[in-house]
Amino acid sequence: MVKWKQGSRWVCGIGLIFSGAALGAAYDPGHWNMPVGVTDISREVFARHMLIFWVCVAIGVVVFGFMFYSVFAHRRSRHPRPAHFHESTTVEIIWTIIPFVILVIMAIPAAGTLIKMEDARNSELSVKITGYQWKWHYDYVDQGVNFFSTLHADSNRARQLNSGIDPRSVPNYLLEVDHRLVLPVGKKIRFLLTANDVIHAWWVPDLAVKKDAVPGFINELWTRIERPGLYRGVCAELCGRDHGFMPIVVEAVEPDVFEKWLAAKKTGQDLPVGRGSAAGTQVAAADPVSAAPKEKPVPSVAVPAVKPADLSKDELMKQGENVYNTLCGACHQATGQGLPPTFPALVGSKIVNGPAEAHIRHTLKGKNLMPPFAHLSDADIAAALTYERNAWGHDAGIVQPAAVAAARK
Amino acid sequence: MTQDAHRHDHHGPVQLKDGVVPYLMRWITTTNHKDLGTLYLLFSVFMFMVGGLMSLVIRAELWGPGLQYVNPEFFNQMTTLHALVMIFGGVMPAFVGLANWMVPMMIGCSDLALPRVNNWGFWILPFAFTLLLSTLFLPGGGPAGGWTMYPPLVLQTGNAFPFLIFAVHLMGISSITGAINVAVTILNMRAPGMTLLKMPLFAWTWLVTAYLLIATMPVLAGAVTMLLTDKYFGTRFFSAAGGGDPVLFQHVFWFFGHPEVYILILPAFGVVSTILPTFARKPLFGYDSMVYAVASIAFLSFIVWAHHMFTVGMPLAGELFFMFATMLIAVPTGVKVFNWVATLWRGSLTFETPMLFALAFVFLFTIGGFSGLMLAIAPADFQYHDTYFVVAHFHYVLVPGAVFAIIAAVYYWIPKWTGVRYNETLGQLHFWLSAVFINLTFFPQHFAGLAGMQRRVPDYAIAFTDFNVWSSVGAFGFFVAQFLMLYNFARCVWFRQGRPRVPARVWEGAHGLEWTVPSPPPYHTFEIPPRVPETEVTATHDDVDPLTHVKQHA
Repeated sequence: MVKWKQGSRWVCGIGLIFSGAALGAAYDPGHWNMPVGVTDISREVFARHMLIFWVCVAIGVVVFGFMFYSVFAHRRSRHPRPAHFHESTTVEIIWTIIPFVILVIMAIPAAGTLIKMEDARNSELSVKITGYQWKWHYDYVDQGVNFFSTLHADSNRARQLNSGIDPRSVPNYLLEVDHRLVLPVGKKIRFLLTANDVIHAWWVPDLAVKKDAVPGFINELWTRIERPGLYRGVCAELCGRDHGFMPIVVEAVEPDVFEKWLAAKKTGQDLPVGRGSAAGTQVAAADPVSAAPKEKPVPSVAVPAVKPADLSKDELMKQGENVYNTLCGACHQATGQGLPPTFPALVGSKIVNGPAEAHIRHTLKGKNLMPPFAHLSDADIAAALTYERNAWGHDAGIVQPAAVAAARK
Repeated sequence: MTQDAHRHDHHGPVQLKDGVVPYLMRWITTTNHKDLGTLYLLFSVFMFMVGGLMSLVIRAELWGPGLQYVNPEFFNQMTTLHALVMIFGGVMPAFVGLANWMVPMMIGCSDLALPRVNNWGFWILPFAFTLLLSTLFLPGGGPAGGWTMYPPLVLQTGNAFPFLIFAVHLMGISSITGAINVAVTILNMRAPGMTLLKMPLFAWTWLVTAYLLIATMPVLAGAVTMLLTDKYFGTRFFSAAGGGDPVLFQHVFWFFGHPEVYILILPAFGVVSTILPTFARKPLFGYDSMVYAVASIAFLSFIVWAHHMFTVGMPLAGELFFMFATMLIAVPTGVKVFNWVATLWRGSLTFETPMLFALAFVFLFTIGGFSGLMLAIAPADFQYHDTYFVVAHFHYVLVPGAVFAIIAAVYYWIPKWTGVRYNETLGQLHFWLSAVFINLTFFPQHFAGLAGMQRRVPDYAIAFTDFNVWSSVGAFGFFVAQFLMLYNFARCVWFRQGRPRVPARVWEGAHGLEWTVPSPPPYHTFEIPPRVPETEVTATHDDVDPLTHVKQHA
């Protein structure tokens, strides 16, 4: 009935296999598979992953082996008379029981790992993690240190639509933050996970931890990092337009370095603690903690201890543009046009062009979907508001840090 | 021929030559299962194209790191609508269309039990999708919270929100009408002698699917109605501030959503179980166990929903239960695959286009099954969850799974429907291009996911670039290749003049009542219930030479 072009068929099939092999050869295996990670748990998870993978490969070899042998040997040209057999209860029972036994063998170690992962008792440090649209807030609950962590400014500039910046030129594109989560190695760390607005998920592959941050509820997870280093992760639950732009960077350091960092952080200083600190503000640090405090990134998070001085309009506008594009622009857009109806336009807005007090209050307290921004410094808020009040053809006067400080009282 | 013309005068459908308006009215008011099957299939082709174009927007943006073409908001609208369009507009209507055409002809009845409901069920769909897609033109754009509609994110949707909810309601009503119709028809209108355990497996899988639909669509309707009242009427089902729980929605949604994935795949099992025996010229191996496997899968599908939510923060006992239950599904699914391979074993195989797609289904669906088994291992799932590994997994079971089965089914039955053959060479070319490109699209996504690329992002770290380039090349290639199929089918439907007609039994190894009626079949088949010959039933015919009827015809 159908004329068979045997040759071309086999060429196609063989071509498929070779193209698969070529893809394999071109790649460094480190980027192909799940990371082994740097915790006891992550190694166990990797082992479970590889075990089930090889079991699947073995089953596949057997099943597809029979299938392809049949396709080859039982094609009509070689096997013109079909057999008649069409049932065998014995065979059905055998191939019901064998997979069942394999599954039980798989399930037992998996259950063991799961039980370990869910046991967050006896932790030595607790960090409360809160997901925001679109940044993370870290709170060392017993140490009184907390800060926000957002996408690094370099990545943020490059990731704008048609930014003209080649992402390949940005170090750790989309995987760098302004303030890293610094953690001590060798200690059992408990994370308390929640969210402020929508559901996020906190995931660091090297630690094999991923859990949803659900607004109004607290989830618990834990890790014990074995080696100092930088471990990068991302938000894994769709949380709106900038879901892809709220990375996580965990910086694991020796406990004594961690204590020094913590002490400095309490006084409002942001000490770089080691290798490869935030791209673009690189600090050469043989002895990281004694190194000079790095150039203050924008926006700064710590509330300054000194009384804010008045700034010129140019200074405010320059800093304000940075703060605006990093934090406000995600919703209200760099153009100030917002994304109505969800994110209102600032251009022509009554609040932006009205009295400064209301504008400041709005920013400090938040409204509807907009989270409060009281954690920013007076100078950053003043700069951002000044920018909003004078960009896009606005002329609504400048806001000084002192006015923000006054509004906080 | 004169007899045919004679029949048309009395019973036949209105043709275009009878006038444009009467012809259009025929399609709008038709209650004929074949007409409605055609409408469902045409609608589904259109929706596959729309959803495919959306996936091309996604793949174009992901071709390289950085944002080149669309902003993240629009990207999220594309992922959300792509899923809704493909699931509710592409795959489900395609299977309902196949059920419309084939179930009455397979079980020997003249039409579906509720023909007017059938018409209504179809004509809801164009309105549902007009509502849904019109949101793209609203200020603020379409829904962007993912097809899973998780609150609180989905409650941030702007003007599109009520459109989304009402569109989902309409799709649900349409599915329920179709499901009731198929179930009632199969249970009440089988020809004498067509006992349940002699039914073709396609009818069996659809019967089970119908029950899944009837059981779960109202649950989805309830869930989205709760979203609606949360948004507009001050309820707090899903808001912790008002005593609710956002995770409640996920439980309710996936109680619908997991059976839904079997709604999308069970009819595909039926199609493959029909095609493999035909081209292996050997009865389906283990018919009874196939039926029991489908029933077991359907039952298990109701008790595994929370494996979509392993990271949501469930109690340990819950995680363990859902892990074990999910792993259990591998047993009946494995039985089906083993039975298919045993059906091929020592058959006499030929590789026409439907057979190629059916074989690719067995191979690639099983690969999707393997990644599913990996995902069932909860501790490892914490690493896989919401990454491209999951995207690769469900696209493997849905595209080379469900969609390949739909394509196989149309190649298999279109000579029956139209009376002419498709072009075999083009069909083979279409198969090989589809098979290569679909693997190029989705296989690298496994690696991207394992290496740490999360789902639903318009941009990614540099390390994932190559995987995404391959994926994008594959997606564009796959899309373009489908035009070969459309051309091939269009030739059968609209350009039939002067081409040789096929016999009633198009494929020599095919069994079933549908092969006892002429090709194309008359507008009304089996107005008098047929006697069901032993040679035509799918189940056991121990003493019958599988090629008996071929000899009889010769």
